[in-house]
Amino acid sequence: MTLLSTSAQAVRPPRPRRRRPLGRYGLTGWGFAGPFVAVFALVFLAPIGYAAYLSLFRDRMIGGRSFVGMDNYQQALTDPQFWEGLERVGLFLAVQVPIMLGIALLVALAIDSGRLYGRSFFRVAVFLPYAVPAVVASLMWGFIYGTQFGLVGNINDTFGLSLPDPLSPSLVLASIGNIVTWEFVGYNMLIFYSALRVVPRSLYEAAAIDGAGEWRIISAVKLPAIRGALVIATIFSVIGSFQLFNEPSILQKLAPNAITNDFTPNLYTYSLSFAGQQHNYAATVAIVMGVITAIIAYAVQLRGMRKG
Amino acid sequence: MTTSFTTDSTGSSPSSPGHRASRTTPPATARPRTGGSARKSRRPPHTPLNPRPSIPLTLVTGVVVLYTLAPLLWLVINATKSQRGLFDSFGLWFADDFNLWDNITRTLTYDDGAFVRWFLNTLLYVTVGAGGATVLAVLGGYALAKYDFPGRRAVFAVVIGAVAVPGTALAVPTFLMFSNMGLTNTPWAVIIPSLISPFGLYLMWVFALEAVPAGLLEAARIDGSSELRTFFTIALPLLMPGTITVLLFSMVATWNNYFLPLIMIKDPDWYPLTLGLNAWNAQAQTAGGEAVFDLIITGSLLTIVPIVAAFLLLQRYWQSGLAAGSVKE
Repeated sequence: MTLLSTSAQAVRPPRPRRRRPLGRYGLTGWGFAGPFVAVFALVFLAPIGYAAYLSLFRDRMIGGRSFVGMDNYQQALTDPQFWEGLERVGLFLAVQVPIMLGIALLVALAIDSGRLYGRSFFRVAVFLPYAVPAVVASLMWGFIYGTQFGLVGNINDTFGLSLPDPLSPSLVLASIGNIVTWEFVGYNMLIFYSALRVVPRSLYEAAAIDGAGEWRIISAVKLPAIRGALVIATIFSVIGSFQLFNEPSILQKLAPNAITNDFTPNLYTYSLSFAGQQHNYAATVAIVMGVITAIIAYAVQLRGMRKG
Repeated sequence: MTTSFTTDSTGSSPSSPGHRASRTTPPATARPRTGGSARKSRRPPHTPLNPRPSIPLTLVTGVVVLYTLAPLLWLVINATKSQRGLFDSFGLWFADDFNLWDNITRTLTYDDGAFVRWFLNTLLYVTVGAGGATVLAVLGGYALAKYDFPGRRAVFAVVIGAVAVPGTALAVPTFLMFSNMGLTNTPWAVIIPSLISPFGLYLMWVFALEAVPAGLLEAARIDGSSELRTFFTIALPLLMPGTITVLLFSMVATWNNYFLPLIMIKDPDWYPLTLGLNAWNAQAQTAGGEAVFDLIITGSLLTIVPIVAAFLLLQRYWQSGLAAGSVKE
């Protein structure tokens, strides 16, 4: 799942333009929508239901699977490994997301201002990392971080410096933040830029006639106009942070001491399930994580949509 | 490459798909575009709305471009180095020996051509998975936009509600379900979940609302065209920019997918490229395993070339399609 797949949740359903009598076209509508709904039920609804079911049971060495009610949830809510991971992604979110969205917004405003030479080049060049798989991005940055033949090692050798190891336990979270920023800054920039493009230019003109300077136009006209895009991008980023898995999972091989199996809640779920065979508990942690993510995403949406 | 950059997809040409996108502004905010006529001419005078380019701003923004492009440059440069060159030379400059062609050959032939096998697997997953996702999203989005069928609102509510659950939270139960169905370790385990793109559905819905006028469909009905025929001959051509956008973003999602195949596929014969590269990396870290950093780097480069090329070649279409979809609320 990419960040993209969750985009629609921030948005209310577009209103149909005109009501039409149902009649035989109602059935045709289902004919067109049916395939999507069927596959969706199989790959989204059924697993959610199955996870909820699994979370109520526990596999024991003796006696097999038994119903335990809310015990797994109780365990998850008091599980220090889970909470440490959650704190880590919380810290990650608090630092990385504002940096990434800030850069993306500045670039989008710069390109939209029409004051750049070669702005089409800028748009594509900043977006390009989005097309790079997380695996490749993490391997590439992992090598660059490396003190062996990576850039950090090169710089240390060439200039006689001793830059700290980006893959050390104290820095690895920041290093992951850099990779995620690199991957998604262009994508967010594009969301902001697309939103800026459809703001009626006459609004700027009106503001300029009223004596507003460029910064004033940005803060009073442009930013309010793209509020929806800002909220959506924030929600994607929140969900993305809570889902953090690919980058730490791949870097783990380069920095096994810095990235533990419970580094993020998703890594924890994964190792519970596929290394520990604790499928029921893994399903429980996944559900708790899903609920927490949904609550925070919803809070962001409420906060963001409130007229400020 | 440079020629495709010169046309601004949303501004300069009235017939560009971007122009339609810019007209999707809700009526409440759509005021007469007095600035529009000035922007049509090739060299408009510099006004507050059309200011002179600024060198300082270009330089500052250039720093971000440096940040996004430097790692890719690192990848290209280091794909030309032998394993020894990797260790001996500076990361952002070439080594004495130029090994790119040799590296490519060895990447493609290493381990009985495993890379080629993974490439073909990825192609399969992308063709069937992303292609199927696009078909389902276009059909579904068109239905949601143009038919008021019973349960339409329920479909929206459920799709939107379900995507609030993080995708990775579904992974474990999906794996167990597919395992019970005997689907794990087969291509289907990767393809079937790739078929659903809620973003694609949403984008097509919004796009179809604007791009296919209801009157056109009514006219076709009055002329006796079947609903299916109307869809293929009238609606589909109008939906093309949105369709290409959905296709590209589903392609990226499938091409770059790591988590899903990691869980579902144990047999290296069915690995996609992402898992294969990761396996090569893991092999270098294990005791006694052969370190193949040169092959990982060259393989990484070969992995991103097709998808980057697709984005560059089709940028006019996906940018306008995205503009139409990402801003409607």
